[in-house]
Amino acid sequence: MVAKLDIYKLNVFFDSNKVVKDLTLQVEPNEILGIIGPSNSGKTSFLKTLNRLNELYRNCSTTGLVKLDGKNIHDIDIQILRKKIGIVFALPLPLPLTIFDNVAYGPRMHGIKNRSKLAEIVEKSLTSSAIWDEVKDRLNEPAFRLSGGQQQRLCIARTLAVEPEVILYDEPCSGLDPISTQKIEDAMRQLRSNYTQILVTNNVKQAARVSDRTAFFLMGELVEISNTGDLFTSPKDKRTEEYITGRFG
Amino acid sequence: MMNTKRTEKIAFSALLVLTLLVIAPVVMIFAVLLIKGLPAITPEFIFSMPRDGMRAGGIFPAIVGTFYLALGTAVFSIPLGIMAAIYLNEYAAQNWLTRTIEIAIINLAGVPSIVYGLFGLGLFVSLFGVSILAGSLTLAIMTLPTIITATREALNAVPRSFREVSYSLGASRWQTVRNVVLPNAVPGIITGVILGLSRAAGETAPILFTVAAFYLPHLPQSVYDQAMALPYHIYVLSTQVPNVSSKIQYGTILVLVGMVFILNIIASYLRARFRRRKTW
Repeated sequence: MVAKLDIYKLNVFFDSNKVVKDLTLQVEPNEILGIIGPSNSGKTSFLKTLNRLNELYRNCSTTGLVKLDGKNIHDIDIQILRKKIGIVFALPLPLPLTIFDNVAYGPRMHGIKNRSKLAEIVEKSLTSSAIWDEVKDRLNEPAFRLSGGQQQRLCIARTLAVEPEVILYDEPCSGLDPISTQKIEDAMRQLRSNYTQILVTNNVKQAARVSDRTAFFLMGELVEISNTGDLFTSPKDKRTEEYITGRFG
Repeated sequence: MMNTKRTEKIAFSALLVLTLLVIAPVVMIFAVLLIKGLPAITPEFIFSMPRDGMRAGGIFPAIVGTFYLALGTAVFSIPLGIMAAIYLNEYAAQNWLTRTIEIAIINLAGVPSIVYGLFGLGLFVSLFGVSILAGSLTLAIMTLPTIITATREALNAVPRSFREVSYSLGASRWQTVRNVVLPNAVPGIITGVILGLSRAAGETAPILFTVAAFYLPHLPQSVYDQAMALPYHIYVLSTQVPNVSSKIQYGTILVLVGMVFILNIIASYLRARFRRRKTW
């Protein structure tokens, strides 16, 4: 099986500071890969390298190779790449638009103007992110009126609306209550059949609950990656064991 | 040992007195203008031509001239200033050229207005003659740094995360600027533009050699015509024409200050209104 994402000897620098070190790993199609590790271990920088969002930071540079479906991401048009690899940020970041326009933003940027086609995409996306029933009667309200948990599911819908193949989550539940967190985790499980998902989380238990495989990052290095069950029951590296049992981090 | 509460009281009182001193000039200017100028303000004064060597009649051509100049300044400086600001903020790479342009803009803001006037005389007047066109272009160049700086501040105030969201959905740079950055920066841009224009409307030195007519008792017919303008008319009335009644002098000043004041109030109102609407 061809890996969905193939990362080979990836280094990410901020100025001369190396935040991701010689990272090599593969992400399989339709899996949820959890990435755990203390803050400052390069998880977010790694994610943003995959859809080249890191290039918005002038002091960020990378070496190494990332392939999507066997193709170097630097050989793919950057707008197409970002359409294929969507991201959900740590904080819910709705744009100052209505609920409808937030979800329709991506499709519109990719040239879809037909109102009924957009309405169809919006409904489908909001349904997939498990929020349609809560917002279907208030699509023209500003997105800021939603609660934090609803905003984050709206952001997932907005990411889904451009029909990505891979979804990156950057600590998507860090500001949310347990019930909202559960709803988002349910949404991820339902999305598994159609998408490849990478979940960066500070919450070790969340990785254990949701992901198929889990990787442990420390100080920019990949310490260990294996099936979630194996990693949490019999970690091979001592540092992994210490982290997941809560002895540091 | 001195009582700290009493010390604090004295210090605050001193600060209050000093703060009141700051607004004293404004209050005095307005008080004198209103007392001495208000009786002059009649429909005839506003809407008729000057007569009797400007010692009687109205100031209509000067009001119209200043209005045309503000309009001309807006036409040239707003598109240029906003586009330059968008380029510098959203597109330009950080290199020596960008830094040179930025330094040039800062220095442009510091050039004395009489130098702009002479620059306009040297360039625009030799191209278009002494005209509304030459005056507007001169004022526009003087206003550019204000508009560019205000626009850049407004663009910078749009959260970076909005841009990241837009890019992450596959939007291009222009789509991001057009759909996310600009709509949220418009209030700040409008405020900056109005303040810049109100400043331009009150300037004397840049129009001195480029457009202003000493005495022209009819309205300009095209952009190639000279025009009277309020700031220069005030200068003329106060220094060049003997025996002008102080009522007419103060009345003219009141009209100019009133126009600028109204523009500034509109700018403050818009800023306050959009700030309330802002939800992030």
